[in-house]
Amino acid sequence: MASTEIARQAGEGARAVPLAGHVGFDSMPDQLVNKSVNHGFCFNILCVGETGLGKSTLMDTLFNTKFEGEPTQHNQPGVQLKSNTYELQESNVRLKLTVVNTVGFGDQINKEDSYKSIVEFIDAQFEAYLQEELKIKRTLHSYHDTRIHACLYFIAPTGHSLKSLDLVTMKKLDSKVNIIPIIAKSDAISKSELTKFKIKITSELVSNGVQIYQFPTDDETVAEINSTMNGHLPFAVVGSTEEVKIGNKMVKARQYPWGTVQVENENHCDFVKLREMLIRVNMEDLREQTHTSHYELYRRCKLEEMGFKDTDPDCKPFSLQETYEAKRNEFMGELQKKEEEMRQMFVQRVKEKEGELKEAEKELHEKFDRLKKLHQDEKKKLEDKRKSLDDELNMFKQKKTAAELLLNQAQQAGGSTTLKRDKERKNFF
Amino acid sequence: MIERPETAVPSIAQRNLEGYVGFANLPNQVYRKSVKRGFEFTLMVVGESGLGKSTLINSLFLTDLYSKDYPGPSQRIKKTVQVEQSKVLIKEGGVQLTLTIVDTPGFGDAVDNSNCWQPVINYIDSKCEDFLNAESRVNRRLMPDNRVHCCLYFIAPSGHGLKPLDIEFMKRLHDKVNVIPLIAKADTLTPEECQLFKKQIMKEIQEHKIKIYEFPDTEDDEDSKLIRRIKEKMPLAVVGSNVVIEVNGRKVRGRQYPWGVAEVENGEHCDFTVLRNMLIRTHMQDLKDVTNNVHYENYRSRKLAAVTCNGVDASKARGTLTKSPLAQMEEERREHVMKMKKMETEMEQVFDMKVKEKKQKLKDSEAELERRHEQMKKNLDAQYKELDEKRRVFEDEKVNWEAQQRILEQQKLDASKTMEKNKKKGKIF
Repeated sequence: MASTEIARQAGEGARAVPLAGHVGFDSMPDQLVNKSVNHGFCFNILCVGETGLGKSTLMDTLFNTKFEGEPTQHNQPGVQLKSNTYELQESNVRLKLTVVNTVGFGDQINKEDSYKSIVEFIDAQFEAYLQEELKIKRTLHSYHDTRIHACLYFIAPTGHSLKSLDLVTMKKLDSKVNIIPIIAKSDAISKSELTKFKIKITSELVSNGVQIYQFPTDDETVAEINSTMNGHLPFAVVGSTEEVKIGNKMVKARQYPWGTVQVENENHCDFVKLREMLIRVNMEDLREQTHTSHYELYRRCKLEEMGFKDTDPDCKPFSLQETYEAKRNEFMGELQKKEEEMRQMFVQRVKEKEGELKEAEKELHEKFDRLKKLHQDEKKKLEDKRKSLDDELNMFKQKKTAAELLLNQAQQAGGSTTLKRDKERKNFF
Repeated sequence: MIERPETAVPSIAQRNLEGYVGFANLPNQVYRKSVKRGFEFTLMVVGESGLGKSTLINSLFLTDLYSKDYPGPSQRIKKTVQVEQSKVLIKEGGVQLTLTIVDTPGFGDAVDNSNCWQPVINYIDSKCEDFLNAESRVNRRLMPDNRVHCCLYFIAPSGHGLKPLDIEFMKRLHDKVNVIPLIAKADTLTPEECQLFKKQIMKEIQEHKIKIYEFPDTEDDEDSKLIRRIKEKMPLAVVGSNVVIEVNGRKVRGRQYPWGVAEVENGEHCDFTVLRNMLIRTHMQDLKDVTNNVHYENYRSRKLAAVTCNGVDASKARGTLTKSPLAQMEEERREHVMKMKKMETEMEQVFDMKVKEKKQKLKDSEAELERRHEQMKKNLDAQYKELDEKRRVFEDEKVNWEAQQRILEQQKLDASKTMEKNKKKGKIF
């Protein structure tokens, strides 16, 4: 047990010395108690059970007050958790009590997911605490602890056995919260049936490996009463906020034609036992178990999930700073890698696009060259044509000149002939 | 003043109890558990040699912490400042206390005492670090609390004021540990001298803004009065003794002088009882709480802030201290993702723009090419046309000339024919 461990650890390395007189540190527990009383206490109860099993009534009866809430209908589409916080005071002790009710549990046709919202709720409270604990600037001692310290599981008084929904739900919850199973509305079961019912329930729980909360038996002052009570689990309770006059006292009771069931009569039901165990004797232990077992389990799983380890591959212990620094380096490396990847991708794209454009440019140049060639060809053709024309022209000119020369000669000759003729003619005349 | 953190006040409903519930027994449950667990306390004593530190410890705890078998540090001569711890287990009234006394032999004894506080600071920090590492492990077990809960600083009874070393030490340690200054060997001061000395010391403490341990405020009037009286006596002037002397039939601890006996536990002789009551009987738990909630948290946030914000300057870091280092990394990751997205879009834009430019250039080149090609073609066409025109002209001319020639030929032919005829006709002439 953890407490003896610490005593042993503390004793290690320390030698016992006798005291020569009264020093006064035996007031330490009182100092601690004073501090706690000044700070106030906090307790959170979760009530799981089908609609109509008397959860709210039982809470009212347990804490002798009227809590909020109206009876819920059966037509809820899913399981919801409603939580209410109250400030109670008894003599000089202030208690911040949170009562969480499961609304709509067991009402759906398909109840496969009923337990999920409950598990999520419990985990959410653990998560909130974990986040607070991990903050750099934190205020743990003034943190309003919302973790569920006790889960009262209401079993329907069928008298036969547990329902499969009950087994499934309790199995899912037993590693997350302290489960205290109770038989609700037990005034519907006779005493002989009750004994059989209790035995059946207990054996079913054991055979299914469901870990319910056991009242601690390591502290001598309460060991005896706790172990006796452990044998009476699950408690068969009756709740009532109505008062009936019995003898000359007003007691909480339920009145039937055939008699009156007194809530606080231990022969009638186990209500008083429940109150004793839950509130008067073991409230602090429930809180401690939640913190040191259930919360630690959640925390361990969460941290391992996030990649934290206690020792590095060489099995040397990590210091917190190293762990965080390692994580940070890993993280930074990841970010840098992402950046690099993106850059590379862009470089690649640029290269590709450049290639494309170069191709296009090359094509254009080729086209240009082709056109140029075409043009050259055309020019040449033109030149040839021109040349041939010029040749023809020259030839023609030559011909013309030759012909004109001839003509001139002929004309001259002919002219002289004509002249001669004309002269002759003239002479004739 | 050391700030005490405020308790958060949530809005919750009040409920009155209409009967017995039983959680008023919670304090007893707490009491029971704490006794089972046992208590721990670490007390550090700092001061020059010969101020009676070991004697005071023995007087406080009514035991021979240092004896022949376990000689105290004062028996040994130190060259440098050491930090030594002794652990003892003491029991009283069913309450177990593991007491660790941390001694600092050599403090202030050298000629050059610069940095003689460093080993002390290192020790305190290393204990905090051990606790931080243990608290941050994935698999946590019950952690022993070895942090220094209180530091008694011994001031030499010069009667004048604080020495520079005193001021320096207290200034460096007041935000790491609860510092309680004491006037040592107070039996060398008369009551008047003591009053003046105390006033002077408190004045200097306030001048240098040294935060010594402050008593918490209580709502209780009785306690407030007590606390006010203690405050007026600060710093406490103490006398210690290992020897029990008989005075008037009583056995008392005291120091025997020729002129009388200075009784340790006599309130008129010194403030020893005030110290003992305050340190052990009433405020031991509060000293532990302030260490845990204030000094340790300061250490922790400083350590973790250094891990997450290395490289980030203080102004940016201020807003990040409310998160855990992991949440911090998450946020950095998100920021980085956004930055990358922005970078990506920017790069895309630049890329697209460049591509557009290039494409545009290409298009322009192409258009230019087309234009030039068109130009050249037109040129060529024009030349062709010109050529054709020239040819046509030439052809026309040729045709004309040939026609002319033909006519001439014909004429010539005709002329020669006529001449022939005429010749035939005879010579006319």
